[in-house]
Amino acid sequence: MLIYATRRILLLVPTFLGITFIGFAIIHLAPGDPVELFLSGGLAAGQSGISTQKLADVEKAAAELRHELGLDQPIAVQYLRWVGRLLRADLGTSLKDRQPVWDKIRPRLPVTITIALISLVIMYAIAIPLGIYSAVRPNSRLDQFLTASIFMQYSLPSFWVGVLLIVFFCGGDYFAWFPPGGLRSLDYTSDWSLGRRLGDISYHLALPIFLTTLGSYTELSRYMRSAMLENARQDFIRTARAKGVPERSVIGKHMLRNSLIAMVTIVAGILPGLIGGSVIIERIFSIPGIGQLGYQAVLARDYPVVLALFAASSFLTLLGILLADLALALVDPRISFGKSNA
Amino acid sequence: MSAERAQAEGAGARVWRGLRRERRAVFGMVVIGALALLALFADLLANDKPYYIELEGESYSPVLIDYEVWLGLRQWPEGLANRRFSELAESAETVLWPPIPYSATVPDISGDVFEPPSRQHWLGTDGLGRDVAAGLVHGIRVSLTIGLVVVAIQASIGVALGGLAGYYGGPADLVLSRLFEVMLGIPTFFLIITVAAVFKPSIYLIMVILGLTGWVGIARLIRAEFLRVRALDYVAAAQSLGASDARIMVRHILPNAIAPVLVSMSFGVASAILTESGLSFLGIGVPAHVVTWGSILAVAQSNTSAWWLAVFPGAAIFVTVTAYNLLGDGLRDALDPRQQGT
Repeated sequence: MLIYATRRILLLVPTFLGITFIGFAIIHLAPGDPVELFLSGGLAAGQSGISTQKLADVEKAAAELRHELGLDQPIAVQYLRWVGRLLRADLGTSLKDRQPVWDKIRPRLPVTITIALISLVIMYAIAIPLGIYSAVRPNSRLDQFLTASIFMQYSLPSFWVGVLLIVFFCGGDYFAWFPPGGLRSLDYTSDWSLGRRLGDISYHLALPIFLTTLGSYTELSRYMRSAMLENARQDFIRTARAKGVPERSVIGKHMLRNSLIAMVTIVAGILPGLIGGSVIIERIFSIPGIGQLGYQAVLARDYPVVLALFAASSFLTLLGILLADLALALVDPRISFGKSNA
Repeated sequence: MSAERAQAEGAGARVWRGLRRERRAVFGMVVIGALALLALFADLLANDKPYYIELEGESYSPVLIDYEVWLGLRQWPEGLANRRFSELAESAETVLWPPIPYSATVPDISGDVFEPPSRQHWLGTDGLGRDVAAGLVHGIRVSLTIGLVVVAIQASIGVALGGLAGYYGGPADLVLSRLFEVMLGIPTFFLIITVAAVFKPSIYLIMVILGLTGWVGIARLIRAEFLRVRALDYVAAAQSLGASDARIMVRHILPNAIAPVLVSMSFGVASAILTESGLSFLGIGVPAHVVTWGSILAVAQSNTSAWWLAVFPGAAIFVTVTAYNLLGDGLRDALDPRQQGT
């Protein structure tokens, strides 16, 4: 097990390099180099007055900037340099405002991760019972109703619901039950008691978490239902019933435990969706998380920030995959490692 | 060979019979069939060219001429070239219009923007004065095409690679699993917005990115199923009878492993349609002149009083996505050989 875990962790390194290289290549293969876009877009607003100077000066500035950013080097060299800086925990500086990228990400990362983790817990808490209820009497009226209802929630475009929530429940002409966005109240201070601080943040995060969660348990609960039904057809369930194990115990123990194994592996597939979904949700509710930062960075072609976020979210996802696989290896004794793959 | 084919047809017929028993699947198929018909005849339903027009003693069928011009068979007749039929119709002797006499992409001649639903414009007009009903009808084509193309790409890649990894195991599995991890670890939505924002917006670009980034879920499912089924005795029996690897994979393992993929594919169509509308909502999906359900919704975001721009495309997305989910769900039960006769 320990050997398996170590090997899995070591294998993450090439995977991570693969992902970041793809991200790096896409950004550098894009038409126009970042400096051009930067000089024509980001700085055109008059910052440091480049737009007012002569063309020759602009070209000279561009060449200097290219050299400074290492963009005059081949792409492989640039990538290796980027990795080298990454190893020294240096994510580079933003093209937009020359701030270190890490300083921009650090305060935002916990926000997005908090929303994602809370949503993940709620998703499983809803999906597992839903899947069980659906599977206990397949095609019963309850199953039909649950199926129809979760499909309806799943089919709702989150941005659409988000806009409707803002219009109807966040001030405006209707109900002012929730704040229209942001993470904290304007008068928030760290002097507040812990309870009050938590209360304020929950008040602000309620709708974003609701929206992140809404419908996202559909897939999970369908897999849960599939897994339960799959197990229900297995011989050991028939055996359990035949020897007089109470139905409650057949479902709650024999079927449930085996079905949960399938649910563990799916967690890895959900994380990227949660992080990706944060782009839209954080935009709707003006939440200062990495989704919003990423969207702004992409639009401003602020490629050091884009790359850093690319690396950060893929790192988190890989971590999720690793933990899911290790958990699977722990809970499922049938899976033997090291033999077939070594 | 012929016996084999008879067997395959038998399986197809069995699936079809099973599928017809699933009430929700039938509902899904009816809705998708209706949408497909609407998409096929979109030009006859919503068009700013009449079916038939009599002008100065000459009679034309502009809808048909439009097809012929598109095929390069002829040019527009002198008097009709670059003219608006809504103007020509005023001096015409006879004119027969489609039910929705507007183009999806060309603003109505009246130029009324943000006009609420009325007798002229059943579902109102958008910010450029384009008819929303016409936009929705022609948007079916875009949405159905995006869903199908994306999922076709995803399923081909996912089944092929997942099957190979699961069947052969060993080094092949090790390498392919790294590839899956790379794809799984890529922040897909972030990658999509990066590519969509950096490259020239195009509907084909969206399809290719969604297809190339979304297959890993299917690959992992298929791999897991192949791993499970490969260990069953009947596979060993087939191997001992001298069946080739390809035959075992396609004829013996795949039918037992495909069910979760079909669930995944049905969710995939839904998710592709939702992602496209999400990108359009962010303003980086399709080019401005292309009318999709998502791009109509995006206008509603900044013009919340124009409720018809939010409600109707939202409902269209909702109905389509739900139909695909119901079909996929029924298909899963119908394809499952273990559920026959229950």
